[in-house]
Amino acid sequence: MKQKKPLFKRIFAAKELYLLLIPGLIWYLLFAYRPMTELRIAFYDYNVFQGIEGSTFVGFDNFIEFFTGRDFLRVLKNTLMISFWQLLICFPVPIALAICITEMRNKFISRMTQMSTLLTHFISVVVVCGIVINFLSPSTGVVNLVLEKLGVEPIYFMTKPEYFKGIYTLMTLWQNAGFDALVYIAAIMGIDPQLYEAATVDGAGKMKKIFHVTIPGITPTIVTMLILKLGGIIKVGYEAILLLYQPATYSAADVISTYSYRLAFENGNYGLSVAAGLFESVVAFIMVILANKFSKKISDSALW
Amino acid sequence: MAGKKAKQGQVMGFGEKTFNVFMVLLGILITFIALYPIYYVLISSFSKPFFVENGDVLLGIKEFTTASYEAVFKRDGLWMAYGNAIFYTVFGLIANMFFTTTMAYALSKKSLVGRKFFTLFVIFTMWFNAGIIPTYMNFNNLGLLNTRAAIIFGFAIETYNLIIMKSFFEQVPEALEEAAFIDGAGHFRVFWNIYLPLSKPALATVGLFYGISRWNGYFWTMQLLKDDDKIPLQVFLKKLIVERVANPSDAAIVTRDSLTSPTTQVYALIIMAILPMVVVFPFVQKYFKTGLTLGGVKG
Repeated sequence: MKQKKPLFKRIFAAKELYLLLIPGLIWYLLFAYRPMTELRIAFYDYNVFQGIEGSTFVGFDNFIEFFTGRDFLRVLKNTLMISFWQLLICFPVPIALAICITEMRNKFISRMTQMSTLLTHFISVVVVCGIVINFLSPSTGVVNLVLEKLGVEPIYFMTKPEYFKGIYTLMTLWQNAGFDALVYIAAIMGIDPQLYEAATVDGAGKMKKIFHVTIPGITPTIVTMLILKLGGIIKVGYEAILLLYQPATYSAADVISTYSYRLAFENGNYGLSVAAGLFESVVAFIMVILANKFSKKISDSALW
Repeated sequence: MAGKKAKQGQVMGFGEKTFNVFMVLLGILITFIALYPIYYVLISSFSKPFFVENGDVLLGIKEFTTASYEAVFKRDGLWMAYGNAIFYTVFGLIANMFFTTTMAYALSKKSLVGRKFFTLFVIFTMWFNAGIIPTYMNFNNLGLLNTRAAIIFGFAIETYNLIIMKSFFEQVPEALEEAAFIDGAGHFRVFWNIYLPLSKPALATVGLFYGISRWNGYFWTMQLLKDDDKIPLQVFLKKLIVERVANPSDAAIVTRDSLTSPTTQVYALIIMAILPMVVVFPFVQKYFKTGLTLGGVKG
């Protein structure tokens, strides 16, 4: 019925809704959309002191410099490799953890496992990186102290590029596995108990039930999460990497976002920095759209 | 996952029992992996540094001392940073809840003309964002660099949380508000008197997500705030435990009798930093699950 009323009447009737909408709308304009206008820096030889008016327009020069520069392949490879390890380790482990937690018949043990793995998610990235750096310190870190007792020479973990990706992967796993498992635990709780009863009647053991009831039951959730992860493959969080890396490990640790960060805030090359950042944002955007299309096709439900 | 294949059979016999014992051991192992690093930091912070740096503190405290905490308490800026962290968390959370709930309510109503457009307007920012440098330049152009307002208002909405809130509001039965509308109430009153009281679990969940990211956030506070008297705890910690900026009064060499050292002080600081989180954790952890059952990321 309401649809039949003239547009302005409907808008007027909803005037209080618009008043409630306005603070958020202003926020999005000021802090989410206004920054996008600054992306034009990517097309300028940007001079911080003179602003955009005092800088020369250079077209796509910054992009050409970025794509042909010697750092491009390195940062792209690091970005994809870190994402690859995240997919290989940090994606399946929470699924396994969720199955274990729900399979534990001892309620106390089950609860203890879930609480302790979730607790690590509450700790800030600064503290987690601080723990990692201090534990791996060659002179006073517990890891090297134990290695020393075993007769191994101290290893300078944080300065060795070959260790970086492993350290980063294990650190994020430790911090997030419990939190990432929550969504699968919720999915397992949603499986019809009759399916398990039927499997028991058929004589299925524990492992058979896990593989033939639990895992098929949470497959839609797994697929959704996997697509989400694949959509974000080009975006590797910069917060932890900025804390963990150092010049000695740039070769293995530098991803697009950290490279863009250093170009601007350490080298003052804003044009090139924003061009690199824009490249990342555009690829991420395309990936998310593709992921959503793909998800619609296979599960009839969009992610958004 | 269980490595052993449980014996198949109709009876809950040997296979089932082995499986259950295995799961108990696995649970203990996982708990150990999750908690041992924190436990190690705790026992080291209360031990004499000589033992810590010799690798003798692995299971329990060696020669109890609170000297590291006393040294940390006296560090310039610690209490200021602690106070700032509380300030940003409290006022930031108020801003978060105001901007998020008002907008989520408006977007949840079908009578909002242009609802689809506004929803897309919001969700688009999850798909595409300007990036670090443009965001920084924006704060610069708005004259908000090195201001507390930048931290409190600049991060007032996280789109993911807004969507959770909106999904929850959409699940409130319309019948509840219709009576209020017939009595002449407007959307303000329906929002305030009906929706907010009904949404306590969702408010707790979203508030928890915002609260954690306020307390734990370091990147933008580090990037936007320059004055030492404005920085919150995480930025302060970054200097001390990541860059390990040493206390000038500390002795460089640790002897058998040293009561404290840079290393044990770092551990004491870490305990100070995670203590508030560990204290509130048991009370709030159940809301994590609520957040996931609220429809998650679906818009």
